[in-house]
Amino acid sequence: MKPTLWRRLDTLARQLVPSVSIFLLMLIGVVPLHIPALHAVAPALPLIAVFYWTLYRPDLLPAVAVFAAGLLQDILFGLPLGVSACMLVLVHAAVTTQHRFFLGKSFGIIWLGFSLVAAGALTLAWLATSAYNATLIPADAIAFQALTTIGFYPILCWLLLRCQATLLRQV
Amino acid sequence: MPATFKSLLQWLAYTGLVVLAGGAMLLGKADALLVERLRLQVNDAVVPILSVLSKPVDAMAGGIESAQHLLRVAEENARLREERDRLLRWQVAAQRLEAENAALRQLLNFVPGPEATFRSARVVADPTGAFAHSLLVNAGSRNGIDKGHIVVTSDGLVGRIVGVSQRAARVLLITDLNSRVPVFVGAGRVRAVLAGDNGDRPKLIHVVQQGKISTGDVVVSSGVAGGFPSGLPVGVVADVGDGGITVQPLVDRTRLEYVRVADYGITSLLNDPPTVSRGGRAPLPDGEQDRVRADAR
Repeated sequence: MKPTLWRRLDTLARQLVPSVSIFLLMLIGVVPLHIPALHAVAPALPLIAVFYWTLYRPDLLPAVAVFAAGLLQDILFGLPLGVSACMLVLVHAAVTTQHRFFLGKSFGIIWLGFSLVAAGALTLAWLATSAYNATLIPADAIAFQALTTIGFYPILCWLLLRCQATLLRQV
Repeated sequence: MPATFKSLLQWLAYTGLVVLAGGAMLLGKADALLVERLRLQVNDAVVPILSVLSKPVDAMAGGIESAQHLLRVAEENARLREERDRLLRWQVAAQRLEAENAALRQLLNFVPGPEATFRSARVVADPTGAFAHSLLVNAGSRNGIDKGHIVVTSDGLVGRIVGVSQRAARVLLITDLNSRVPVFVGAGRVRAVLAGDNGDRPKLIHVVQQGKISTGDVVVSSGVAGGFPSGLPVGVVADVGDGGITVQPLVDRTRLEYVRVADYGITSLLNDPPTVSRGGRAPLPDGEQDRVRADAR
């Protein structure tokens, strides 16, 4: 039987969940939250989401979508155009190539893997932004940002898991 | 061999995307104006969403703050009384100085600088992270805001408008890597340039008389070279050490909700070439850039 139009629209909407979640997390990073302590070291939430969806639903998050998300992040955050795009695409590549390694591993191992990927990605972004501006950007805040991002991983991971379990069960 | 073919294709795709990202960075360097225009177009589209999203967040933050105030109302009252007494003494001093100033100006036939016009705008985006120090406000060219306008609050200088679209404008904060503000420091009015470094505390560079600056000195914009008006409060010297002189800005970026965008009539100076291109190569302070341009004329 051919699925009805509504059914197809519904499926399409569900397939967009990973991309939309990355967009929403990006907006959270931009809206003024008035939390002084968190400001400079706020976790890079889109990075976590890209890692998560590439690992668990690679079919719903192609590299091109990640690239587009990165460009949008550069524009919204006022970063040099291309820095986040490059960073997120490399995260996607790292997870895709190591997919077999991550498969079936315990949460701790995956978290460790994420820590390495996140640290590498933020270091790369730091280098690229510094090169772009031709001066070294202070590294301490970015190191802290890497730590908060790694620390935030389990929480966001749980939320995305809930989201996946409810919205993407049949997709 | 379909499997190897597939992985080869995958690698090609990744390489292509990374090269494309690198190309975007180069384009940003080579044609800053084009990229800035693209940025502003996208900002224009997203600002209505951010505007809606930031309202409940602002309300929530306001609610938490007023709850905190309620808990400390007696303490706060005592502090305010004390402050009021102190300010009343200042008011008397200020009135006396104002009268004296007016008399002296009359004596010297002083020509006052241009009056500023102000517009209010709401901060709708304040990107987290240490990579960039800029804000988006929800007013743009249709509200009369233009590149080079100065952004202030009642506390002091926030930054300068570096890009405007129809309904949004980007503010380069004084803490950003690319920000340079010519300033006077302390009662001795030592000339220097306040240079951001993407940290919380910008540094003073090109200090004329290093020894005359000490912790606690007030930093105000000098108006030298015309990029900023003179006399705007900017910050307080926080530390004088071997690592340079750092300044604590008077404006707390994370508490910004509404800002005032001031037009001092100095935009024309800035508009000819793309002076404040993001990541523009020149590490020259604004003052120097303007001086170079003035010389060229």
